[in-house]
Amino acid sequence: MSETIETSSEIITLTIDGQEIQAAAGQTILQAAQKNGIYIPTLCALHATKENGLESDIAPGTCRICTVKVNGRTMAACTTPVAQGFVVENDTEELNDLRKTIVELLFVEGNHFCPSCEKSGSCDLQALAYRYQMLSPRFRYAFSSREVNAESPKLLFDRNRCILCRRCVLAIRTEDGKQLFGFTKRGDKSGIIMDEELVKNISEEQAQQAMHICPVGAIIRKEKGFDTPFGQRKYDQNPIGSETVCTTCNGEKS
Amino acid sequence: MAQKITIEPVTRVEGHGKVTIHLDDNHQVTESRLHIVEFRGFERFVCGRPFWEAPVLVQRLCGICPVSHHLAAAKAMDMLVGAGDGNGLTPVAEKMRRLMHYGQIFQSHVLHFFHLASPDLLFGIDADPAQRNVIGVIMEHTELAKQAVLMRKYGQEIIAATAGKKIHGTGAVPGGINKNLSLEDRDAFLNGINGNPDLSADKMIKWAEAAIALLLDYHSSHTEFLDGFAAFPSNHLSLVRPDGALDLYHGVIRAVDPEGKRIVNDVDSRDYLEVVEEEVRSWSYMKFPYIKELGPKKGWYRVGPLARLNVCDFIPSPKAQAAFEQFRAYTKGKPNSMSMHYHWARLIETLHAAEVMKELLLDPDLQGTDLVTKGERCGEGIGLLEAPRGTLFHHYQVNEQDLITMCNLIVSTTNNNEPMNRAVNAAAVAQMTGKAEITEPMMNAVEVAIRAYDPCLSCATHAMGQMPLEVTLYDAAGAVLDQQRKGM
Ligand code: SF4
Ligand code: SF4
Ligand code: FES
Repeated sequence: MSETIETSSEIITLTIDGQEIQAAAGQTILQAAQKNGIYIPTLCALHATKENGLESDIAPGTCRICTVKVNGRTMAACTTPVAQGFVVENDTEELNDLRKTIVELLFVEGNHFCPSCEKSGSCDLQALAYRYQMLSPRFRYAFSSREVNAESPKLLFDRNRCILCRRCVLAIRTEDGKQLFGFTKRGDKSGIIMDEELVKNISEEQAQQAMHICPVGAIIRKEKGFDTPFGQRKYDQNPIGSETVCTTCNGEKS
Repeated sequence: MAQKITIEPVTRVEGHGKVTIHLDDNHQVTESRLHIVEFRGFERFVCGRPFWEAPVLVQRLCGICPVSHHLAAAKAMDMLVGAGDGNGLTPVAEKMRRLMHYGQIFQSHVLHFFHLASPDLLFGIDADPAQRNVIGVIMEHTELAKQAVLMRKYGQEIIAATAGKKIHGTGAVPGGINKNLSLEDRDAFLNGINGNPDLSADKMIKWAEAAIALLLDYHSSHTEFLDGFAAFPSNHLSLVRPDGALDLYHGVIRAVDPEGKRIVNDVDSRDYLEVVEEEVRSWSYMKFPYIKELGPKKGWYRVGPLARLNVCDFIPSPKAQAAFEQFRAYTKGKPNSMSMHYHWARLIETLHAAEVMKELLLDPDLQGTDLVTKGERCGEGIGLLEAPRGTLFHHYQVNEQDLITMCNLIVSTTNNNEPMNRAVNAAAVAQMTGKAEITEPMMNAVEVAIRAYDPCLSCATHAMGQMPLEVTLYDAAGAVLDQQRKGM
C-alpha cells in the first residue's frame, strides 16, 4: 500500500475501458486515469491541490471504491502502479454495482442523516450514493453506537459519519509535522482518535483544511453550519465524476 | 347498552391517530377523544447534536409547515449566538426570513383551504366521497382548482427562493440567513414567475380576495352549518406585535377569554414558561397545554388563524384589515368561537400574507449583503412563531461544547389538542346522538371538525379520497357490535 507516489519519466502504455492511454512509470492507475480525463471514483485517495493544501497525492487504500479489474483481477486503482500493457476495466456494470455495494455498506455501518448534515451537497459519500443510485436499503442498518467529540473549540468530530478512510490521519498535521488524528483498535472496533491538546490549538486555516480534507461530514467547523445556500454547494452544479482532475495539467498539483 | 366507537387510523397527524366516541345505553354521546398514539421523540433526539443543526433537523417534524419549525428553531439559535430574540438581525436577514415565513403561511393556508377543506364545503360533508375530494373540485370547479394550484405554487417558489428548496431548505442560520434575494427572483415574483402573469404578486392578492368572497357567499347560504358546527367558547392565544398588530413572525404573547378580556397581557416570548404549562393524559402521547394561571380545567385555549384574529387589534395591511373589520363585526367585536370560521380567518390571513409578500418584494433591503449577526454566546435559546396552524414554542439549552442538552417543543397541534377534542365531541354529539349505525357521513363529520384546525390529521382523505379509516362500535363489555372500514 503506497501513501505517496513517486513517478519517473519512463512512458507506459495501457488501456482503460478499451481506450489506450500513456502514463509515467510509478504513477498509479488512478493517477493515469485522472491525467487522461477518465473518472475512477475515490473516497480515501486524494489528489493534491492548492485548495486542500496537500504536498502530494495520498492513497491510503482503505475504502476500495476505486476497485478496477486489471487483466481480469480486481485491484485498487489508487494503490496499483501502472505497468506496460495493462488492460483495465473500470466503467462496467459489474464494477459499478460493486461500488454501489461499498457505498451502501458505508451507509448502513455508520449513522448518516444527510438532511441535517452540514456536509450535504459537498459530501463525497453522498455524491457517490447519488451517482450509483442508492435507493432503498439492501442491508440491515448496524445502528452503531458512536460518540460525538465536541471538546475542541474549533472542530466538531462526529464519529457517526466517519468512514475510516484515514485521510485525516495522513494529511492533517501541525506545522512541525505532528499528527492531529490517529487510528485506534482493529476490525469493527476501529476508530479515529484526535489528539485533543493539539486539536485545541489549531488555527482557523487548519480547521478549515481538516473539514475540507474529510470526504464526509465527520470533521466539521464549529458554528459554521449551512452557510452555503443550495445551488452553491460542491456537487450542486456538477455531480461527482462529471469532471476529473484538470486534464491539461497532467494531474499534477495545480 | 353503553358503546364505544373507534375511528382508526385518523392519518397524518404526526403519524397516526384515532378517534373514540363513547355512547351510553340510549345512544347518547358521553365523551369523545382524539388519541394521538404515535410517539416521535424529536425533543430527545436533537439532544447531543450541535446547535446549528437544530433549524435543519427539527423541520422534519412536518412536511407541510417545515419552514415554521425551521424559523422557530433559528430564532431560538439567534438568542443563543447573541443576535437578539427576534429583533436583532440585520434588515436583510429579518426580511428574508419574513418573506420565507409569509410564503409558507400563504402556501399552507391555500393547501389547507382549497385542497383539504373545500371539498366538504363545495359538495357538502355528506356528499359521496368519490366526489368529495380534490379531484372532484378539479372536475367541477376547474378555474378555482387552477387558481389554488397556482397560489400554492407561488408560495412554494417564494420558499425555494429564500430557503433554497420548497421543502426542507436551509435558509435561516443562527444569527441570520445564508442568502439574499436576487433582483431576477424579485422581478419574477412581482411580475410573474417565468413570465406568467398568473404567478405575480398582484394576482395572488386578487385571488386571495376572491377566495374570501367565495367563502362569504357560501356562508350566506349555509349560515347555520358554518356558525353552528363544532362551535364552543374558549380562550384564544397568539403572538401579537407589541402595538397589537397581527404579526406571524415575532411578537409578545397575548391571550383573551371568550368575552375578549385579556388573560395574558403581552408577555415577552422568552417568558413563555411563566404563561403556559402542559398536562399529560394517559390516553394520548400529545400533551395538553393550558394557561398556567387559570389551571388545566379553565386555561386551555385555541391557537391558529381564528385565535390570532380574536387576539390582535388590527392587521397591518389594508385589504386584509378591511376583511378583518367585517370578521370582527360579525361577532360584534367579541371573540369568534365557531370552529368552521377558522376557514374564514385562514383566508383573511392568506390575503394578508399576499399583501406582505408584495410589500417585502418591493423593499430593497432584500438585496442587502449583511446576512449574519453574532454577539455574546449564551446557553439558552427560546424561539416563538405563529405557524399556519398556530403558535410554536421552541426552547433549547446548549452546553459549553455547543451540543444541545435540552429541547422543549410545543407545536401548534399540541396547543390545539383540547379544542380539537372538543370539536370532535361537538361533531359527534350533533351527528351520532340516537344513532346506532356508523355511516360514512358521520365519520366525515368528525374529520371535518378536525380539519378546521389541522389538515395533517386527515389530509389523506381529501388528497386521495380514500383515507384509511376504521370505525368500531363497542358495547360496555368491550364486544364489537359493528365495524366499518374504508380505504384499508
Ligand atoms: S457525511 Fe455525507 S453521507 Fe453522511 S450524513 Fe453527512 S452528507 Fe450524508
Ligand atoms: S474523520 Fe473523515 S477523514 Fe478522518 S477517517 Fe473519518 S471520514 Fe476519513
Ligand atoms: S480510493 Fe482507492 S482504496 Fe480508496
